[in-house]
Amino acid sequence: MAEKNITIREALSAALREEMLRDERVFIMGEEVGVWGGTYAVTRGFLDEFGARRVRDTPISEMVIAGSAVGAAMAGLRPIAEIMTINFAFVAMDAIVNHMAKVRYMFNGQFKVPMVLRTTTGGGKQLGATHSHAPEVVFAHFPGMYVAVPGTAYDAKGMLKAAIRDDNPVMFVEHSTMLQRRSVVPDDPDFVLPIGKSDVKRQGKDVTIVTYQKGLEWSTQAADILAKDGIEAEIIDLRWLRPLDLEPVFESVKKTNRAVIVEESLPRYNVGAEVTAQIQDQVFDYLDAPVKRVSALDNPLPYASNIEMMALPDAQKVVAAVKEVL
Amino acid sequence: MAAPTKETMINWYRQMVLIRRFEEKCAELYQQGKIGGFLHLYIGQEATGVGIAAALRQNDHAITAYRDHGIALAMGLDVNAVMAEMLGKRTGVSGGKGGSMHLASREKNFWGGHGIVGGHLPLAAGIALKAKYLEEDEVVVAMMGDGATNIGYFHESLNLSAVWGLPVLWLVENNGYGMGTAVDRASGQADLVKKGIGYGLEQDPGFSLSFNGMDVVEVHEAVSKGIEWISRNGRPLFMESRTYRFQGHSMGDPERYRTKDEVARYAEGDPIGVLRNRLIEKHKSVQATLDKIEVEVVDEIAKAVEFAESSPVPTYEDLVSYVYA
Ligand SMILES: Cc1ncc(C[n+]2csc(CCOP(=O)(O)OP(=O)(O)O)c2C)c(N)n1
Ligand SMILES: [Mg+2]
Repeated sequence: MAEKNITIREALSAALREEMLRDERVFIMGEEVGVWGGTYAVTRGFLDEFGARRVRDTPISEMVIAGSAVGAAMAGLRPIAEIMTINFAFVAMDAIVNHMAKVRYMFNGQFKVPMVLRTTTGGGKQLGATHSHAPEVVFAHFPGMYVAVPGTAYDAKGMLKAAIRDDNPVMFVEHSTMLQRRSVVPDDPDFVLPIGKSDVKRQGKDVTIVTYQKGLEWSTQAADILAKDGIEAEIIDLRWLRPLDLEPVFESVKKTNRAVIVEESLPRYNVGAEVTAQIQDQVFDYLDAPVKRVSALDNPLPYASNIEMMALPDAQKVVAAVKEVL
Repeated sequence: MAAPTKETMINWYRQMVLIRRFEEKCAELYQQGKIGGFLHLYIGQEATGVGIAAALRQNDHAITAYRDHGIALAMGLDVNAVMAEMLGKRTGVSGGKGGSMHLASREKNFWGGHGIVGGHLPLAAGIALKAKYLEEDEVVVAMMGDGATNIGYFHESLNLSAVWGLPVLWLVENNGYGMGTAVDRASGQADLVKKGIGYGLEQDPGFSLSFNGMDVVEVHEAVSKGIEWISRNGRPLFMESRTYRFQGHSMGDPERYRTKDEVARYAEGDPIGVLRNRLIEKHKSVQATLDKIEVEVVDEIAKAVEFAESSPVPTYEDLVSYVYA
């Protein structure tokens, strides 16, 4: 099978394009997706290729972007609605939580909501407190929808295609600082990854690092540093915050007896809190040390670069946390 | 437009009486603790729901807020299954998981009953987008309360429908109040149809955008014209049904925001009485038929209650089903 070394941006673009070619009912809507070519250039060229019927620029109206995608999906289309950044999804919170995730249940299965809500997350770009959130975990709180958080081009492509083909609403979260990251990705238009499967990204015997997306980058750098001291970290990439697949985490902890959870989101009520709770519940007897968490500071993100970086996790913070549990 | 036949009007009469008696029974069941949650009665507004349902063509759609019993029954949802939903039974239209505010039938093109004010308006836009996208001649009638015209969803949905040319008939049921807040205390523009101007919606389609919602004949005519216009022009309209609710906002409303006199004044224009008088004036002989309908409807509702009461409650399997596809 042919493969290509491509960026996450190219992977997303390829996934969207392939699925639009495959299924006439798949279309894209959102702010600046058409004439502009996508705020992050993911849909560049799509308007020319697919036309204004299938690549629909919207007004700056997050509530109706999310909500009309729900209606269109209920009625039988397969919308891919884009919320420019996850910070603006707060405006559409009701459409997402109360409608996208609920209409199937509340009407006892009369409707399906096969839609994808694409958005970008993440801080570290000096955009100040309102534009720097990584709050995907907030959306993972609610049953009735899925939350995807790919960290590689391979995953981005396979997971986005899975999200588009699935009959459930998926919030598909891309990291805005990782779009240039490269990996080898199959060309096959039927390359689709399963929904809700985490992935062992690196094997190791000394400590289990559980992470996703930007955390994957920090954890990988940390593992390289640790390797120089002879410490072998196993890295588990969750890939989906809902459904959350922790089986590989439990298996890994049984082997390493130590766990560190790494994420970009805020520390209170976060992914680390959930994963830690489940680890102690399922594999308590295997633990040789308390589970540690690495996340952003419990604080808004500022503009000035030096203090923004202080507030965010990095590889050194991961290394320090690992050393605490060894 | 041809005037409705006697038979048609008798049928509307039946539907309106059915809704009225259904809700009176619901109020009773609520007092007995058999219906829980919120219960928003449509009493006084029946002509709007029945007129809309009658105006819809085969493949048109309706969607509304939580005051949904009237349109649900008018759209042909099974009385037994609606009553069962009220009682939280697994034979209910939503399996007992929706309740009074969340009735729906995909099969009947009735897209719900929605409890969040304005939350269903973008859904209406999306359903209409499906029709436009697939080049199907379908119109979505999106009903909402006057209060809903002040929420952000309203603005975004009307605007998008205008920009995209979506076949939606935005239809505000102006019953004078959003809970206890009178229209002019909540809306900067209290002449509601004028709200369409800001979105470039047609103000002069050749018929009045605002109509008397207490007269089912007028509702039917206005909504039919609206649907026809939208279908022909491929653009949305915003119309107003001027109506009134005779009961409180929901059960247990102390109604401190209006006088008994005001309610009594409107009650003189009871839409069921209006239609009855209209029918009897024209066709003396019809009186016996109408009386018979009253009796039949009471019987139909008694049977629905019996069906609902004897239906099983939902199970654990129901509790956890249909969270995902
Ligand atoms: C977003 C939201 N805010 C508040 C409420 C509480 N609420 C329920 S009904 C209602 C009044 C709505 O009035 P209107 O739109 O005129 O409809 P009516 O009840 O008159 O049919 C309010 C404030 C709600 N359900 N949703
Ligand atoms: Mg009102």
